[in-house]
Amino acid sequence: MPEPAPLAGTEPLVDVHAHFLHARGGRRDWETPNRARMRAGARIGITVHIASILGTWGHTSPTYFPSPADVTLGNDEMLAIQDRDPERVRTYATVNPNDTAHALEEIARCGERGAVGVKLAASRRADDPLLDPIAAAAERRHFPILHHIWQHRTRDWPGQEISDGADLVRLALRHPRVSFILAHIGGGGDYRHTFAAVADIPNVYLDLSGSGVDRGMLDDAVRAVGARRLLWGSDITMETGLAKLRALEFAEPRLNADAMRDVRWRNAARIFPPGTLPGIPALERDGKVAAVSAR
Amino acid sequence: MIDANTFIGAYPFRHVPHPDPDVLVRVLDREGIDSAWVGHLPSAFHRDPGAGNEVLFAALSAHAGRLAAVPAIRPDWPRWERALSEVLDRGAVAVRAYPQQWGFGSHHPAMSELVLACGESGVPLVLTTRFEDLRQRHWMDSASDLPAATIRALARAGPRVRLLVTAAGRALIEEVHWGLTPDERARVWWDISWIWGPPEDELAHVLRTIGHARFVFGSGWPLRLAQTPRANLELLPDELRSPLAPLGDAAQIPARSA
Repeated sequence: MPEPAPLAGTEPLVDVHAHFLHARGGRRDWETPNRARMRAGARIGITVHIASILGTWGHTSPTYFPSPADVTLGNDEMLAIQDRDPERVRTYATVNPNDTAHALEEIARCGERGAVGVKLAASRRADDPLLDPIAAAAERRHFPILHHIWQHRTRDWPGQEISDGADLVRLALRHPRVSFILAHIGGGGDYRHTFAAVADIPNVYLDLSGSGVDRGMLDDAVRAVGARRLLWGSDITMETGLAKLRALEFAEPRLNADAMRDVRWRNAARIFPPGTLPGIPALERDGKVAAVSAR
Repeated sequence: MIDANTFIGAYPFRHVPHPDPDVLVRVLDREGIDSAWVGHLPSAFHRDPGAGNEVLFAALSAHAGRLAAVPAIRPDWPRWERALSEVLDRGAVAVRAYPQQWGFGSHHPAMSELVLACGESGVPLVLTTRFEDLRQRHWMDSASDLPAATIRALARAGPRVRLLVTAAGRALIEEVHWGLTPDERARVWWDISWIWGPPEDELAHVLRTIGHARFVFGSGWPLRLAQTPRANLELLPDELRSPLAPLGDAAQIPARSA
């Protein structure tokens, strides 16, 4: 039987916001969601899953406040998944900026082992000075930083030290040569607050992932930042990712085929280290194909 | 295929683009959906939904055969029985109620009377678990999500009860379903608009454990993207995916449509 055509078409597609589980995360069925992600990814047509593991997902330290040992364990597990599936998986090095020295060691260690970006969850507010050495380390390696974001924080929520778009903007302004991926505009909160906050900040990119599928959200995102600053992702609800990719073709203002390519893969190719995304042509920030060939 | 969970009209807590019946018909055409059950969104937040029902019937009159009216009846309002009779005479395929927005507790006697009256008339009562994610709710939107206790109480009200619960997630569905007898379970249907797909595969889980017959296609349009339920069905594991829509048929819920 021939493989059915990918549901999202045959153009390259980068998922910039994926997660995997592992055996020491407290779930006996941890392999099942991992397999489901790859099954659904193949059916959608995802070329590469750029993913992170947040420690032990709360099993031995809190998901959003992972201990140094759990950070290292999660990153090792993530890199092992990448090693087992090098044609489809890439790794963010997850760090907790409260343990600054350890965070910097992890970025260096994981970078040497093939990580392509940094994941910051909700361990410290995005505009806190403790994040500055993390951002500086990311800049040295040309790593983008994917930052967990609550779309407009109006109060504290348990289990996280949440940040919103305005918080991330303050960090992004201090590090204009680092690309920041503002996580999951559909992940909860008021995305219109986010869009207003980041509209004029060129090094902040919006990741479309999250379970939220509000009509109007995509239109507003396109109006706020344009197709050149949107990145496709799924997070932990891949069906909403597929739905949003399809709906993006009907966004107002309409995106042409070239703009859709930007969202699907070219923006990712521009902000991740050249040539590090399998199956994705390397691009320079101006869109030209870089000299480094894609692996 | 019927989209059993759509609305027309504005939402009070954020801008929703084009919540109009002609746009809904175009969306159905684009998505390959035959018809839709349509409520009037503003009525959920009105004290008396009667005026909104008039707006609903008038707005859908040009789209008979594609858009079926699902008016709202508030059962603690004077003369609600007459209002129910009138909307049924005008062709309502189902009736909506909003106990959370009206401040009803889980065992409010008026809701039992309404669900029994709908059952006697052969139409389902449609309940809405949530309009928006709790994480983004406006501070003035103080209604909590529909609790399982309310659904269980209504399902137990009588043998002719027919309930369609929209926008429920796996936890609520399981808490209700396994908290009812087999006879009571057969009175409840769920739309799939808020059940997660891969990698957790919660839709696949409830289809396997509860059975496809209890689930119907629904989107939550215009609040939510119409593309989502189809994407969810297309991403089911192979053994559940064929045919595309391994779901119950909303058209079979109303007894009087048979």
